[in-house]
Amino acid sequence: MTYTSLTSDWAVEADGLVKTFGSNRAVDGVDLRVKTGTVYGVLGPNGAGKTTTISMLATLLRPDGGSARIFGHDVQRESQVVRQLIGVTGQYASVDETLSATENLYLFSRLHGLSGADSRRKSVELLEEFGLTDAAKRPLKNFSGGMRRRLDLAASLISQPPLIFLDEPTTGLDPRTRMQMWETIRRLVSSGSTVLLTTQYLDEADQLADRIAVIDRGRVVAEGTANELKASVGESSLELRLANAADLDDVRVAIERVLGVAASVSPEAGRITAPMNNPDLVTELLVTLRDEGIHLAEMSVQKPTLDEVFLTLTGHGVESDDAATGASAELEGSRA
Amino acid sequence: MTTTLSPKATTASPITPGVQRTLKNRVSVPETISHTLTMAYRGLLKIRRTPEQLFDVTLQPIIFTVMFVYIFGGAISGDIPSYLPIIIPGILVQTVITGSIVTGVQLREDMDKGVFDRFRSLPIARIAPLSGALLADTLRYAIATTITLGMGFLMGFRPEGGFGGVLVAALLVIACSWGLSWIFAFFGVIARTASSVQGISMLVLFPLTFLSGAFAPTDTMPDWLQTVVAYNPVTHLVDATRELMNTGVFGADAWLTLLGAAVIVAIFAPLTVKAYMRKA
Repeated sequence: MTYTSLTSDWAVEADGLVKTFGSNRAVDGVDLRVKTGTVYGVLGPNGAGKTTTISMLATLLRPDGGSARIFGHDVQRESQVVRQLIGVTGQYASVDETLSATENLYLFSRLHGLSGADSRRKSVELLEEFGLTDAAKRPLKNFSGGMRRRLDLAASLISQPPLIFLDEPTTGLDPRTRMQMWETIRRLVSSGSTVLLTTQYLDEADQLADRIAVIDRGRVVAEGTANELKASVGESSLELRLANAADLDDVRVAIERVLGVAASVSPEAGRITAPMNNPDLVTELLVTLRDEGIHLAEMSVQKPTLDEVFLTLTGHGVESDDAATGASAELEGSRA
Repeated sequence: MTTTLSPKATTASPITPGVQRTLKNRVSVPETISHTLTMAYRGLLKIRRTPEQLFDVTLQPIIFTVMFVYIFGGAISGDIPSYLPIIIPGILVQTVITGSIVTGVQLREDMDKGVFDRFRSLPIARIAPLSGALLADTLRYAIATTITLGMGFLMGFRPEGGFGGVLVAALLVIACSWGLSWIFAFFGVIARTASSVQGISMLVLFPLTFLSGAFAPTDTMPDWLQTVVAYNPVTHLVDATRELMNTGVFGADAWLTLLGAAVIVAIFAPLTVKAYMRKA
């Protein structure tokens, strides 16, 4: 991958980042380029090195190798500058449990250099924006997971940073809260922020990210838009379920004749699947089937999912990976 | 794909792009002080929210004064009134210094929470989360001081040094404990668990306070032990406190203790910050 380096264009430039914990290379030469004003998704299973990578970019961890720049500022030499440009929302809520939501936001505002009065105003503003006004005075111990995450994100936005790191922003949230979080993230981007988010949910990366880096065992194994990644796996496929399984053979012959490809048959389900290189030909196939008096129970087009992308890229499934990298997942957890 | 504006999105205020911001890579001294004070305010809020944290500086002085005065008073000094000028400064020093251990323990517990991750990602002075916590804890030392002196007064302690001498003595003890708390903060930062901080610190503190003449005159101790006592910084603090309370004189011991505290801060504050940042 070659890129021209232009300070204002790139929110994040990382070259060959390495971080080792003992003998475990948690991050093993990660390159990233995030364009200003976009959402960039870092997708990978537990323990792939996502949190460690973000920690290095956010000046929380010192890289053992490689370098990274945020808006052109080196994360090691100009760490204090970088901290003025970023907001970090961790995997676990990084707010003060013993204090109330208002007190948290007030303190973080003061630390960002706002005056006492401005800090109070900002806290009220953010609480309202994130729908936390009713719970403002309650101690955080009584907050739900979703409320905590929202407060956490609110705290990251006090200084209106141009770059926001979201480490697994929706892990452990219920579907409704998850949708709300997605909506908030989209709103952030529309106001000019750049967002770098990590996720282990394939649909989340698909939904939010303009570009995605797939990371596995500390390395970037693929990079591109969601569609590019899907395309790299192959074309869509046509799936037909027949009303009468006895027709399966006739259909297979018809597909080979009309579409010119080999179909795979699963007799138990009465289903037949064929790669679909040219959607135009499907009409013809359907007409052929009607002429032959074959009835369909169901018809669908399967696009490759990111799950398949992941499987193809890494050569192993998402689930089986958990056990293999359990040790590094633990390390990552203890850091967060 | 996702950059299309949703209806709500238009209300969000625009973000100033990174390249248009004025940024600096240094934190000034006034900023450092301001960050420290904000962090100290956080510490005070925490104390208000969890007053049970104050058990050690409220109950301990009461129990210790009562126990020591009535158990050892007659044996050591012949009668209780003549033991009070010896033991009250001693217990004061012992209680407040023990309180500074708790500072280290609580710092460890605090650092395990996610909020410290955020502190590290903020453009604030690196020392602020530590110095703020330590500064807030001077309130705990002040509470312990007030209660110990109050108990002494109730039992009949009437210091010859007058109110001024007692006040200066109290400030000296609080200042020195703050200095000493940097040692325990250092343990707090490098240790893995809060209970190990407690363990190491007690091991350091127990000999320091008991080999100081805080509770009993040292002239009956064996010679080698007297040498140890003479070089123990806590001895000087106890002697300085007694001198201030009983004669109102700010003498050589007081200066020596202040110097010692300054040396401790000069060594352990940078060490602690460095260790804290390495963890980061």
